[in-house]
Amino acid sequence: MIALMRDVALLRDLEPMHERQQIVAIAGAIAIVLLVFELVRRRKLREEYSWVWIATAVAIFVLAVNQNLLITLTGWIGAASSASTLFFGAIIFLMGLAVQFSIRLSRLTHRQRTLAQRLALLEEELVDVRKQSRGERTSSAAQKSNSEEVGVRREVS
Amino acid sequence: MPASTVLVIPAYCESGRVGDVVRAVHRQITLGQIPAIDILVVDDGSPDSTAMEAAAAGARVVRHPFNLGYGSALHSGYCVAKRTGYQRVLQMDADGQHDPAMLGRLIQALDEGADIALGSRYLAADAPQSSLSRRVGTRLFSWIASRWIGTRITDPTSGFQGLSERALASVVNDGFPEDYPDADVLVQHHRGGLVVREVSVIMHERIGGLSMHRGARIAYYGYKMLLTLMMMPIRRATPLRTADSVARIS
Repeated sequence: MIALMRDVALLRDLEPMHERQQIVAIAGAIAIVLLVFELVRRRKLREEYSWVWIATAVAIFVLAVNQNLLITLTGWIGAASSASTLFFGAIIFLMGLAVQFSIRLSRLTHRQRTLAQRLALLEEELVDVRKQSRGERTSSAAQKSNSEEVGVRREVS
Repeated sequence: MPASTVLVIPAYCESGRVGDVVRAVHRQITLGQIPAIDILVVDDGSPDSTAMEAAAAGARVVRHPFNLGYGSALHSGYCVAKRTGYQRVLQMDADGQHDPAMLGRLIQALDEGADIALGSRYLAADAPQSSLSRRVGTRLFSWIASRWIGTRITDPTSGFQGLSERALASVVNDGFPEDYPDADVLVQHHRGGLVVREVSVIMHERIGGLSMHRGARIAYYGYKMLLTLMMMPIRRATPLRTADSVARIS
């Protein structure tokens, strides 16, 4: 199937990427990997999010090195040139990432809201409980001093 | 013995007004116009002295650590009501638009079996005028709500309401809208088998402060309400599948 697609692509006279484009793409892929590793090392990026970037870099790398695959893909999506296939892939990836972030953001917003509300409710209850216990403490202290007084009086009598 | 009904007043930046509103409600109770109710002001993270003024006027006050939106303030109020064990909730705005003398009408509607008593300013003969975009929005959403619920709803944006115990059990859930709880909530109540009834009330012009429904927000409000209503029959009930993460006592 892939061979067929490649033949179709070749029939459309699709050229492989220029050497310079290839070098830029490979360099870009390596740069992404290095950057992501460095961010994970500095704990600025969670491992959880790093794999998406690494996967992208690997995809770019593979496509840049393996021209046959890229040309096949180009034929598949009907792009004008191999380079635009790479760009198209990048745009799709970024959109996917943005949607993913929106979803996470929605979830975080909901959690943050719930936490803030619970905090507000607990704070109010805490103030109430403190007031009550202070009241009990003063009343029990008053009782204690009363009974002490009674004791003193008894001793006197 | 504590009252079985609580009046929730969500407030954001209402210093200079909220105290008067709380005192006005107290006055109605003292005059015997309405039965004894507790007053709870939910301060939605106001940077001004809203919370202090409300507490000084004798209300119980819950403070959000930062601004969460009108719907969330109401929701927090409902959750406090549920946690405290109140049987009924009344709600009114803190800006002086809602007349505390009208609370009696809401209570009466609840007594008569309504689950949601909705105070409408448009049932009165001398209904107030509002801006064009507001009028168009109100028309559209009252029409949708009326058609859906099967009874005439004239003021779906009204925040002057009374809720029965059954309604309270439903609004404490996580799915409660955080910004504009209006027609969508009414439709949701209806879908849950609750009885929505409109009650004619008199509303005043706001004394000051800013309306939630202004500028570009009206456009977003329209969009959001349409989307929410459209999604209503097919949507998951709550965002996190936990039903009551705020009201739950754990």
